Amino acid sequence: MRITQGTFSYLHDFSDDEITLQIQYCLDNDWPLSVEFTDDPHPRNTYWEMWGLPMFDLKDAAGVLMELNACRTAHPDHYVKLNAYDARLGRQTTALSFIVQRPQHEPGFRLERQEGADRSVRYTTHAYATERPVGERYARS
Amino acid sequence: MADRWSAGVIPYAEMGYWEPDYVPKDTDILCAFRITPQDGVPPEEAGAAVAGESSTATWTVVWTDRLTAHEHYQAKCYKVEAVPGSPGQFIAWIAYDMDLFEEGSIANLTSSIIGNVFGFKALKALRLEDMRIPVAYIKTFAGPAHGIVMEREYLGKYGRPLIGATTKPKLGLSARNYGRVVYEALRGGLDFTKDDENINSQPFMRWRDRYLFCMEAVNRAQAETGEVKGHYLNVTAGTMEQMYERAEVATSLGSVIVMIDLTVGYTAIQSMSNWARKNSVILHLHRAGHGTYTRQKNHGVSFRVIAKWMRLAGVDHIHAGTVVGKLEGDPSMVAGFYDTLRLEHVAANPTNGIYFDQDWASMPGVMPVASGGIHAGQMHQLLHHLGEDVVLQFGGGTIGHPMGISAGAEANRVAVEAMIKARNEGRDYLAEGDDILKAAAKRNHALDVALATWGDISFNYASTDTSDVVATPTSV
Repeated sequence: MRITQGTFSYLHDFSDDEITLQIQYCLDNDWPLSVEFTDDPHPRNTYWEMWGLPMFDLKDAAGVLMELNACRTAHPDHYVKLNAYDARLGRQTTALSFIVQRPQHEPGFRLERQEGADRSVRYTTHAYATERPVGERYARS
Repeated sequence: MADRWSAGVIPYAEMGYWEPDYVPKDTDILCAFRITPQDGVPPEEAGAAVAGESSTATWTVVWTDRLTAHEHYQAKCYKVEAVPGSPGQFIAWIAYDMDLFEEGSIANLTSSIIGNVFGFKALKALRLEDMRIPVAYIKTFAGPAHGIVMEREYLGKYGRPLIGATTKPKLGLSARNYGRVVYEALRGGLDFTKDDENINSQPFMRWRDRYLFCMEAVNRAQAETGEVKGHYLNVTAGTMEQMYERAEVATSLGSVIVMIDLTVGYTAIQSMSNWARKNSVILHLHRAGHGTYTRQKNHGVSFRVIAKWMRLAGVDHIHAGTVVGKLEGDPSMVAGFYDTLRLEHVAANPTNGIYFDQDWASMPGVMPVASGGIHAGQMHQLLHHLGEDVVLQFGGGTIGHPMGISAGAEANRVAVEAMIKARNEGRDYLAEGDDILKAAAKRNHALDVALATWGDISFNYASTDTSDVVATPTSV
């Protein structure tokens, strides 16, 4: 499967040139960029690991891409995403966020159902990857 | 004014409801009414009558006014302007002291402002065009249960319009078949699916059965995509108790969103907003019935006023027009509605029908919803007219896809992502929209088929609710 979180998951994986154009758009809007990675793709996993602090003072798209590639090199089997943040009053939230690297194999999720009375069901989404310990979840064979 | 207290009937204008020298206070509620006086009624007198009948006045002089500081409670018509190009129509500007209204009650506000006065015989027609709500009164409302920013953070979805679909056919599907449509549309790529306004709890599908099947569908789609999904479960019912019961079941099954219809009434909407905030559930409002009073230009209430009231009342979503779809919506009027729902400060803008500056005092924005006759082939126009903070709902444009519902959903998702990508890359996406979509369709068969099916469909009819302003209105 292919998890479809993020702004562009239904398009092809972007090249570095395509990523750079998106970074430039964010910089032009005065949105600082940040890189995050995880090996827990659960849709409610809000807090991916931060690759350093948000790059508040980095205004150069090539520099941002360099940081992104450093993260991808350090964590070749993790999900990596690029975020842009809009700190304007009234916004103060993420403006753009898209996945720029995925594990080679995405095993997906199991839906667990706990049947209750009156036909009600409690649903839990379980990521197969998280059955293994942190750091071993997407190891290449 | 010497005979102000003589028994009998005197013109409203002479009773203090026409005050051309009045300077509105920052704390006044201001209204712009479009009035069409009966023949022979001067516009100032008609404006004064509207001010009077929507505040303290009755048809004759009453001595009991003298027991009050009546000048404080009288609404004041302070300006009347002829509407250019519409003989017999005038804009009457009226100020109301804030003391006239109960804190935090849309019902009370509207009982005054659009109460008796709309049936007043001295006018042929009357329309409430816009209102300025003072910050002091805004602060008596909590506003949207969550608002645009919180909704995006709750769903984890940023940087693009959200997309959805209303389950079709509107009526007749069994709960099990209905859930199939929900599942296919969500797994294909939509963020939301939706009950229609008239799906409540009918003999062919009772509400609890629908909720159970829909939540199975939502959770299955969520597990299949790894993405948060939602279905607007309509909790509209005959009584408040039934609505609460349905909403409680929806939240117990894990639904991120519920919906209500505008027909439930302002007080019920405010109650459901409080419920939604307390239960961390997004509140969607379908504007069922609004066309009866918003569409005709000479009589009723403009939708921009309804939008303002609903932001105060506290909904998270409201249908506000598509521009390009099958339902009424002049582009500049719709822009005014969207601004009213989303912006922190809205400047007076006659071209968009906005009569007053409005400051929202940090009240969260409402997510506008565009629904009705839109399809993937219009994505560039939709993004251009409606922007990014919007839910685009493709009902027929998802479910009617020749390859199936899931393919229809995928086509819409690919189209919206491709258009955002092109916009961010600095392309002139409005002019190049067709090319951008065709290029995306080369990589995606579902979009290719969608464009071949609906690419040429458009709804080009003249709007009835349009701006009159080309030049500045002249004073009379």
